Parts: sequence; structure tokens; C-alpha cells
Amino acid sequence: MKRSLFGRFWPNATALVLFALFLFPVYWMFATSFKPRGDILSDDPVWFPVDPTFEHYRTAFDADNFWNFWQNSLTVTLLAVGCSLLIALFASFAIARMRFRGRTGVILLFMFAQMAPWEVMVISVYMLVRDADMLNSLVPLTLFYTVMVLPLTILTLRTYVAAVPKDLEEAAMVDGATRTQAFRKVIFPLLAPGLMATSLFGFITAWNEFALVLVVNKEAEAQTLPLWLSQFQTNFGDDWGATMAAASLFSLPILLLFLYLQRKVTAGLTAGAVKG
Amino acid sequence: MTVQTPGPAAEKVAGRTRTPSPPPGRHRKSQVSAGALPYLLLLPALAITAILLGWPLVKNVILSFQQLGMKELIQHLTVWNGVDNYTDVLGGEDFWRVTLRTMIFTAVNVALIMLFGTLIGLLLARLGRKMRLTLLMALVLAWAMPIIAATTVYQWLFAERYGVVNWVLDKLGWHSMADYSWTSSQFSTFFVITVMLVWTSIPFVAINLYAATTTIAKELYEAASLDGAGGWRTFSSVTLPFIKPFLFVTTFLEIIWIFKAFPHVYAINGGGPDRLTETLPVYAFVEGVGNQHYGMGAAISVLTILVLLGMTSYYIRMVLKQEREDS
Repeated sequence: MKRSLFGRFWPNATALVLFALFLFPVYWMFATSFKPRGDILSDDPVWFPVDPTFEHYRTAFDADNFWNFWQNSLTVTLLAVGCSLLIALFASFAIARMRFRGRTGVILLFMFAQMAPWEVMVISVYMLVRDADMLNSLVPLTLFYTVMVLPLTILTLRTYVAAVPKDLEEAAMVDGATRTQAFRKVIFPLLAPGLMATSLFGFITAWNEFALVLVVNKEAEAQTLPLWLSQFQTNFGDDWGATMAAASLFSLPILLLFLYLQRKVTAGLTAGAVKG
Repeated sequence: MTVQTPGPAAEKVAGRTRTPSPPPGRHRKSQVSAGALPYLLLLPALAITAILLGWPLVKNVILSFQQLGMKELIQHLTVWNGVDNYTDVLGGEDFWRVTLRTMIFTAVNVALIMLFGTLIGLLLARLGRKMRLTLLMALVLAWAMPIIAATTVYQWLFAERYGVVNWVLDKLGWHSMADYSWTSSQFSTFFVITVMLVWTSIPFVAINLYAATTTIAKELYEAASLDGAGGWRTFSSVTLPFIKPFLFVTTFLEIIWIFKAFPHVYAINGGGPDRLTETLPVYAFVEGVGNQHYGMGAAISVLTILVLLGMTSYYIRMVLKQEREDS
């Protein structure tokens, strides 16, 4: 298709403006976190951290054992995403590959489960965890996050499972592979991009969860980064440098993960597109 | 054959473009003989969902018929009070006001997200490779930004003193905005929340939509241009039918997500000023956990779930129909 110069200019110009708009808040967070106090509190914004300082990061690291929160967040998120992927893999195989009574019902159930507004149910969750004598522990947190991300994981993963040609699996089994071998050697590599793409949703949800951990884990030892950041902001209020440094520390892992996975996911996308 | 996209938005099209079911003979051999296998595979997912989601839901309904304050909670007392919580909630003005507010809030946000998300998705499809990757990077970062980090950044962007937004507005000649406090009124607080929600939600829609357009066969466009179809005609007769199922499922998901949005609303201004920006989930949380009217909070949360079900019932019916056709 031929496009005039005019036709190419406007999309590119719009894209640049959008690029700036979408990137700016993220950029501003990092930029502010490196700026000395004087540059932050200036009447005209200082657009680049020309005189970078690590003072704000020091403040953030020193506050309320950051590493403990960090470790909790990482543990809970990784475990929840891992568990839900494993459970979802089984479930999506059943849904995508097999016909059975109640299949539509099962799909509907997970659609409802995905709608569950967890934040409004925190009281009953709190009472259940308390009655099980597991307050201030990472175990219930991990379990609840697993269930929180499970429905969407299943609903997404099943489309990837359905996309793997059934013939491949059968061919492998004709060649003498067992069902497990066929899965490990043939199906799993093909599913990998799908699993990664799916895990992104889980990561965001678990990394972000706020209300449940707020109500269930009152002790700082069992709390996660969203609470740390929110607490930090309450304590440091107008110290925007420190707050932005704290926010950067909280966001960095997931931003890097997304940037890294995005390429893989896009590769999966185009592969799918070529096949289509 | 099936489209691979990083999102459940793929479901719809996946359902449509999936290879037509294999001939019945082969079909039956590999699928009916599964016997108990599908149920076994589903067991872990169903069990954990039933226990950790089903139980709290039931418990929530039970609590909504109880008088439950701090005293009852600590002493493990069960005091039934019939439908008192419901008559209190439904009898007062607050609940109805918050419900209406939540619906308007959801409608406005979803409309903005779907409109701009779709436009940006279509733009992505038109861009050259380099430009597309550049824009994709910014979108992915906005998408990945954790909520509580985003709320602190937006508070900083919209800060009364030294905030960039006020500085820009002042420079643009709107001098009364120089020291404007965005959290001082209902409308301006909602404005900040909406900007943030739209910013963080657009990438999902745009990237999924772009992924959908990559699956449209080039031949269709060629055929359209041979037939002399113009830009709009090509869009409405080639692109639109193809992305319609995506828009359908994505709108459904966005309605749920925006309606449920809790930390976004709560962390920006705590539902303030004067509780004027509480949406239903925040209202349930503040009444229940904040004011320690746990029974009342439970009643509000049951009603919240019912409102959400009502709002999405049309979509659920449609999706259900689609599933039936597929299976």
C-alpha cells in the first residue's frame, strides 16, 4: 500500500506525543528520585536530574526494614503466580482439549470468580484467617493471591492451549513418547510464551494487592511492599524525593519484568499471527 | 490457526477462528474417552476456588445478617439482626448516591479507555516497526506500573506546590491553577483518578487490539482497495468486524476492573473530600473496616456484588451463548 508523506507524518507525530504522555509519569518518578531537594522544590521544574544524588534512596532503604517487605512481596508473588500457573495449566487442558458435562458451567464459574470484588470481602476473609489462627503469616496471603489470579490465568491460558496443534501431541505419541514426555518435549515449549504472557497478569495483581494484606497482616514482619510504600508516604509526606525513590524501588522489578517479557510475548504474538 | 494474544480478549476471536472441529469420528476418539480425566484436571482449581473464594462469599452473606461491631468481632459473638443491615443501607440516601456515582464513574472511565485504547491500537497497526516498538515500550511501562506507586506519582504530578501539572497550566495562561489543590473538590479528585485509571488501563486495550489487527489477512485489505473502498469503508467493512469480538470482551473486562478499582480510588484521597469520591468498593471498605460496622459492611458488599452482576449480566449471557455455540 502506498502512503503519502502526509499519511506517514501524522501517525508518527501522534505516536511521539503519546509516547511522551505515557512515559512521562514513569520518567518523572525516576527523575525526581535522583534530584537534590533544591531541584525538586523549584518554581520551574528541573526536567533532568543534572546533579544526581542517592540521598533519597538512602532514606528509602533505611526506612522500616525495606528488605523484609521486599522479600515478603517477592515470595508471595512468585509462589502465588507459580501455583496458579500450575493449577491453571491442568484446568485449561481440560477446558480447551476435552468435552465433558458441565464444561460451560466451569467456564462460567471462572468468569464469575474473576469478577469477585475481593476488597469488599476483606472482613469475611479476615475472620476465616483468624479462625484458622493464621493471621500475620505469608501462607494465607499466598493462597488467597493464588485464587485471586487463578480465574484470569485459566481463561487466558486455555486460548494458548487451544492454539497448540493437537496433531503435534499425537505425532509425538505415535513416535513412542508417553503422554508426559509428549507434554514436556512438544507441548510445553510451544506453550512457554503463553505461560509468560499469562503470568504477567498474576504478577501485577499479586504485586499490587493492598486491601487484603492491610486487614489480615497487621504485623510489619508479614506485610508487603504496597503497605510499605503507603506507610512511607504517610511518614515522609512532602518529601517527594524520598517518596519517589521508594516508589521507584517498588516499581522497578515489575517494570523490568514487563519490558523483558514484552519481547517474548510479542514474539509469541507474531508467531500466532503468521499461523493465522 | 488460533490467535495468540497476551490477554483474555483473545478468547472471543480464538473461539471464532479456531480450526473447525475435527470430523466427529476423530473427535470422539480423543475426547469422549477422556472419562474422568477432565474432572481430575479441574479438581485443584475448583477445590481451591470453592474453599478460598466460595467460603468467604458465603460467610459474607451470613455476616450481612448479623450485628457485628468491634465487640462482637473480638468476643466471637454471633448476634443475628435479621435484615436490619439491609434496611439501614437501603433506607439511607448514601448507598443510592454512591451506586449512582459508581455507575457514572465506571461508564465515563470505560468509555474513555475503550475509545482511546482502540484508537491507539489502530495507530500501532499503522506505524512503522521502530516507531511501534517505541510506543509499545511506553505503553508497557504504563501498564506495568504498580497501583500504589502510580498513585504516589500522580499525587506528585498534581501536587499543589511544585507539581508539574499546575506549572504547565499556569504557563499555558491559566494562572488560577498555579497553586490549585486537586484533592479539594469532588470533581477535581475524580479528574485525577480518571486520568490515572485511563493512563494505566489504555495499554491493555491498545496492545490487545493491535494484536487482533495483526491477524487480519492482508488479502482482505487488498480486495477492499481493489473494490475502491476508501479509508473509512475499509475500516468499517474489514477491520471492524474483525476486532468487534475483542472490543466486546475487553469492554466486559474493563467494566469489571473499573467498577472494582479500589486502591486507585482509596489511595489518591481516601474517598475524600467529605467521602464524596467513594465508589461502592471504597464505601463498603470505609463503612465496614474503617468505621467498624462489619455487619453493615458485609451487607454493602453483598449489594455491591449484586450491582456488579446486574451491570454485567448482558455480557455474561452473550459469552455464555458463544461458549454453547463453540462446544
